[in-house]
Amino acid sequence: MSGNTDKQSHAILDNLTLYYGPKRKFVAICAGTGCRAYGSLKVKDALEAELKKQNMADVDVLATGCLGFCEKGPMMIIHPDKYFYQSVKESDIPEIVEKTIGRGEAISRLLYRHPETKKTLFREEDLPFYKKQLRAVFGKNGMIDPSRIEDYFAIDGYQALAKVLAEMTPEQVISEVKKAGLRGRGGGGFPAAVKWEGVRKAAGEPKYVIANGDEGDPGAYMDRSLMEGNPHSVIEGMIIGAYAVGSNHGYIYVRNEYPLAVENLSKAIEAARANGLLGKNILGTDFSFDIQINKGAGAFVCGESSALFASIEGRAGEPRAKYVHAVDKGLYDKPTVLNNVETWANVPLIINKGADWFASIGTEGSKGTKIFSLVGKINNTGLVEVPMGTTLYEIIYDMGGGITGGRKFKAVQTGGPSGGCIPESLLDLPVDFDRLYEVGSMMGSGGMIVMDDTSCMVDVARYFLEFLKEESCGKCVPCREGVRRMSEILEDICAGRGREGDIELLETMSAAIADGSLCALGGSAPNPVLSTIRHFREEYEAHIRDHRCPAGVCKALISYNIDAEKCTGCGVCVKVCATKAITGELKKVHTIDNEKCTRCGACIQSCKFDAIYVK
Amino acid sequence: MVNMIIDGKNVTARKDTMLLEAIRGAGISVPTLCAHESVSRSGACRLCVVEIKKGNRTRIVTSCLYGVEEGLIVNTKSERVLNVRRLVMELLLARCPESDVLQKMAEDMGIEAQTRYAVDTDKGKCILCRSCVRVCEEVVGVSAIGLFSRGSYKEVGTPYHEPSDACIGCGACVYVCPTGHIEMTSTGETRKIWGRTFKMQACTKCGKYFAPVDQLKFISKKTGTSIDELAVCTECR
Repeated sequence: MSGNTDKQSHAILDNLTLYYGPKRKFVAICAGTGCRAYGSLKVKDALEAELKKQNMADVDVLATGCLGFCEKGPMMIIHPDKYFYQSVKESDIPEIVEKTIGRGEAISRLLYRHPETKKTLFREEDLPFYKKQLRAVFGKNGMIDPSRIEDYFAIDGYQALAKVLAEMTPEQVISEVKKAGLRGRGGGGFPAAVKWEGVRKAAGEPKYVIANGDEGDPGAYMDRSLMEGNPHSVIEGMIIGAYAVGSNHGYIYVRNEYPLAVENLSKAIEAARANGLLGKNILGTDFSFDIQINKGAGAFVCGESSALFASIEGRAGEPRAKYVHAVDKGLYDKPTVLNNVETWANVPLIINKGADWFASIGTEGSKGTKIFSLVGKINNTGLVEVPMGTTLYEIIYDMGGGITGGRKFKAVQTGGPSGGCIPESLLDLPVDFDRLYEVGSMMGSGGMIVMDDTSCMVDVARYFLEFLKEESCGKCVPCREGVRRMSEILEDICAGRGREGDIELLETMSAAIADGSLCALGGSAPNPVLSTIRHFREEYEAHIRDHRCPAGVCKALISYNIDAEKCTGCGVCVKVCATKAITGELKKVHTIDNEKCTRCGACIQSCKFDAIYVK
Repeated sequence: MVNMIIDGKNVTARKDTMLLEAIRGAGISVPTLCAHESVSRSGACRLCVVEIKKGNRTRIVTSCLYGVEEGLIVNTKSERVLNVRRLVMELLLARCPESDVLQKMAEDMGIEAQTRYAVDTDKGKCILCRSCVRVCEEVVGVSAIGLFSRGSYKEVGTPYHEPSDACIGCGACVYVCPTGHIEMTSTGETRKIWGRTFKMQACTKCGKYFAPVDQLKFISKKTGTSIDELAVCTECR
């Protein structure tokens, strides 16, 4: 397929002018979904208008994808000095243009201040949030306006493809990816090269290559941010994969709730076609491949491979038994490689920097980096990319900045609804595929939900089982009926109707559901329950035996009370209580009628004297 | 032919057949609810699970969908297997408390209802095995009924629960339904099913009502046989 066309394909890429020099002035402003919600597009418009007004229209403004530090949006990075400005408002723009862009001066109030040392930090790489990260895949977002393919070229985009087509046989590509030790980033952690090899050798034509962008875990948005922010990296990875397995047809399955991802991917595919990188005779070789976007309707189960195939085929998203693997019979019963978005985005990196470089990062069984979304009760909400093997502590405290309000860490939920909760005693756990599995959780797609001492672990398990109950496709009995019954029992426990023997019943059901379910959704559905029982059994027991919710969350098991020592009788709580549950004379200690109280928490919020407590 | 060990017995089975057939062929009984002989397999009920051992690895598979393999060691009654079957039966008993078929089956398996589950009152006897949907699509070829909604809200029926023009009133769905959930009532002259009343054809020879007119029209269109010829019942033909 290749060999004699190497010069040709390199020449085509060389003709694409490199866009940015090291001294070039430009502003990267985050236009990811999070920052857009903060109003970053208005800030961008204001910036462009102001640049024109101050005669600096030659300064380029890049509306980039997610820059990761979502807590501090809208954010911008001003090159070449690389000043990192956070929480930028439209009103800041004239000053930014005049001082920073015009004269290279930093504006102190927009810079990040270290929460402990109180030192002002100038550049992205100085921030504790970014410092320990290794943003090999995700870091490129800051250099690219995803609607411009030239930006991707400027950071060596499609060079990996050119190299592959010019210098490597499909077998060599597979062996390089194998040597790198790339494992699937979507959940299971299956070695990518093994899949590729299987499809390459499988009988049957045509062969399909698919990117799974059906990210559905609550709180997870790394794939979204990759598709939005660097769509070409996913596309380039897929083209390389297609060349390796011998496929001419690819799909990107992306949920329709990700409109910006759909838009940016569509633009990127068109641009790639226009530049001879997709379609017939890619880069002048005899290799042809094209990609089609398939929009999913948002069912969680459609992230499961066989349900995803059914959905692309136009049928209801239901899984089927996979005793014959997708590698042999996948989409339309043809050999199919299905990899997650982040997995594909790693492929160009492996080709460009080499398998040895990739394999030098990470742990024995898990190579490279992984992007995690840090959400929940954490100071620095956002996306972090770290080498595999980074400890939970480093992620949550060094990068995440610890728990909001200085509260006590309780658990971190990893791996989405199919994952589990990890307690404080395991904070030193190096995060990789195998270690997470050992403690009863999983990598999943990389969601991390941080919980503090105000989270009830039974309630957390109840929440996830409720989610899974709603998202079960309903095909097989253990998942459809079993998850529903588990969810009902958990609801009972949280409502004070738990019975002796419920914990054991949940454990028995979990084992049978895991064994008996048709697909991985049901197979892993008991994980949130099993992991919380394993690490927080006493909380279950407190709910069932003592009718007590130690975290003060489950409304049926708590009461609101007033501390007579602290109450000044100011009467503020009386005014905010919607159900008139609080009574008392002015300047005398008030009382709460727990029959009327709905435990909404408004009184606690309103009390300046911390006189109201939950028991 | 392939050789396997099933519950300690040496069993040979024809290549490209399913484990379920091999197990039953060896005289070992395996409960099933969704594996009807006239339709494709779906693996929905999970009752036919067995434990297989290949090398050092054991796993639970549905025998109705797992192809026979040389050297496979199969356990049809391991603890894990029985736990799955017990769970499935308990869940189905709670879903369809009225079903005598399920009660009898549970009794034969020595399984009692799990009293911790709240009993459903709105599901009838439908266990969502989808045999009806499959027979309507694969055998009859009209797809008048299908599945809609997701998870525990999933239901079988005609689109929007409205009488379906596609239905020919053949009653194949009733025939394959393992629990007797689907209602079909007949007055002789008419038959009522899925909310639609069908006119029945009287045999032009013996006068007995024997099939819905719509069904005969459908067969005529499909096979090219004239309606007159089809209007004679099978006994008089």
